[in-house]
Amino acid sequence: MATRGFSGPSRSARAEQSGRLPPGQFVTTDFPVLSAGPTPHIAREDWRFTLQVGPRQIKSWSWGDFIRLPITKATPDIHCVTKWSKFDTSWEGVSIQDLLADAALEPPTAFTLAHSFDGYSTNVPVKDLLGGRGMIAIAYDGKPIAPEHGGPARLLVPHLYFWKSAKWVKGLQFTERDEAGFWELRGYHMYGDPWQEQRYSGD
Amino acid sequence: MTPGQARTEKLLWQPASVVAIEPRTPTVKSFFFRLAHPLSFVPGQHMDVRLTAPDGYEAQRSYSIASAPERTDCLELAIELLQDGEVSPFFYATVAVGDEIELRGPIGGHFMWSADDGGPLLLVGGGSGVVPLACMLRHRAARSSTIPVALVYSARTAADLIFGDELRVQRARRDGFHFIPTLTRETNPLPGFRIGRIDAPLLSDALALLPAPPKIVFVCGANAFVETAADTLLGLGISPATIRTERYGG
Repeated sequence: MATRGFSGPSRSARAEQSGRLPPGQFVTTDFPVLSAGPTPHIAREDWRFTLQVGPRQIKSWSWGDFIRLPITKATPDIHCVTKWSKFDTSWEGVSIQDLLADAALEPPTAFTLAHSFDGYSTNVPVKDLLGGRGMIAIAYDGKPIAPEHGGPARLLVPHLYFWKSAKWVKGLQFTERDEAGFWELRGYHMYGDPWQEQRYSGD
Repeated sequence: MTPGQARTEKLLWQPASVVAIEPRTPTVKSFFFRLAHPLSFVPGQHMDVRLTAPDGYEAQRSYSIASAPERTDCLELAIELLQDGEVSPFFYATVAVGDEIELRGPIGGHFMWSADDGGPLLLVGGGSGVVPLACMLRHRAARSSTIPVALVYSARTAADLIFGDELRVQRARRDGFHFIPTLTRETNPLPGFRIGRIDAPLLSDALALLPAPPKIVFVCGANAFVETAADTLLGLGISPATIRTERYGG
């Protein structure tokens, strides 16, 4: 249904974005902050990252241990379910692959639930974390991640809507089934592929 | 709707007719829609709006629902004009009564409240962030609820208070609703208004108007406003789990 009087952006603006902008999104050069509650402030000396299989802890890293792991750089586009997309965002962190290698752990299940310091959680299938698709990011734009944007560390899974890139991440838990996390329990899609516009449950 | 009740049916786009347009402030207009398929929603939820160009290009944005769910004749969205925006300038310059706009919703499973959830409540709104909070208050009034609520509303000038008259009328009912407007660009004292940005003394005064600590605190507005409000409330001893935030724009 065409909206009366709406023609959208100029042809040149569309050409610039063609192929890079998922349906229903617009490009921003800002970096909007969307969170469900207040920003937690986590001191590095209190920070830990824990890998679990179900309730069983496999390995835990302090900040000092964590930053000694191999660092990967990536410059992906990111897409928020609230409709903004940001191109060429620059991140550094530890790839999930390198994390598992350090723990000498082969993925025991097909599903994970990421947990954050403020009680937030989100589910990501293992296949969406491996092969360079996911990392635990510790720097944005060459600097430590600001608390508002999820620092000291956040999950980064840029090919899915950005609510999957859990801020203030404190651990990754392998689960037997695909378990709904915070937003998935509140009407958002279990998988969240921006290219299929999987914003809400049932999309 | 409580968490855990995952909805499985798809939220469909539906055409909605613009039945009225009403200016609220120099930069905010209310658009009233009659939906093809009326829906039920919880105050605090929003609608997605979609504009489609003839070649299929789409622009989508989200707007909090302003009208109470008890109002069944139409749905109100209060849209603020953003100078560099793509969608709000279109609403201002082109959308007219009789036009059809596609909407989908209701969306949002966390920043929402109905009278059944109880109180007391502290509501903190900055600029157009007051819209979902006003929806909660309109619903409260429609239910003749006396749940204690304090609304701290920060705007630039008195003319920028969205639903200002309505909020003053609600305050005058003295039914447990407390209205604390504060103006950030007004330098002359005005009776009934505070002057200046939200800070610890202001929020502390608002909390003191409630008979007990708030069960839930809802904070809505631009991100910088929300961060300040949330941090200040944490400093006043409000627990993080009590605070729900909705952040507009940057």
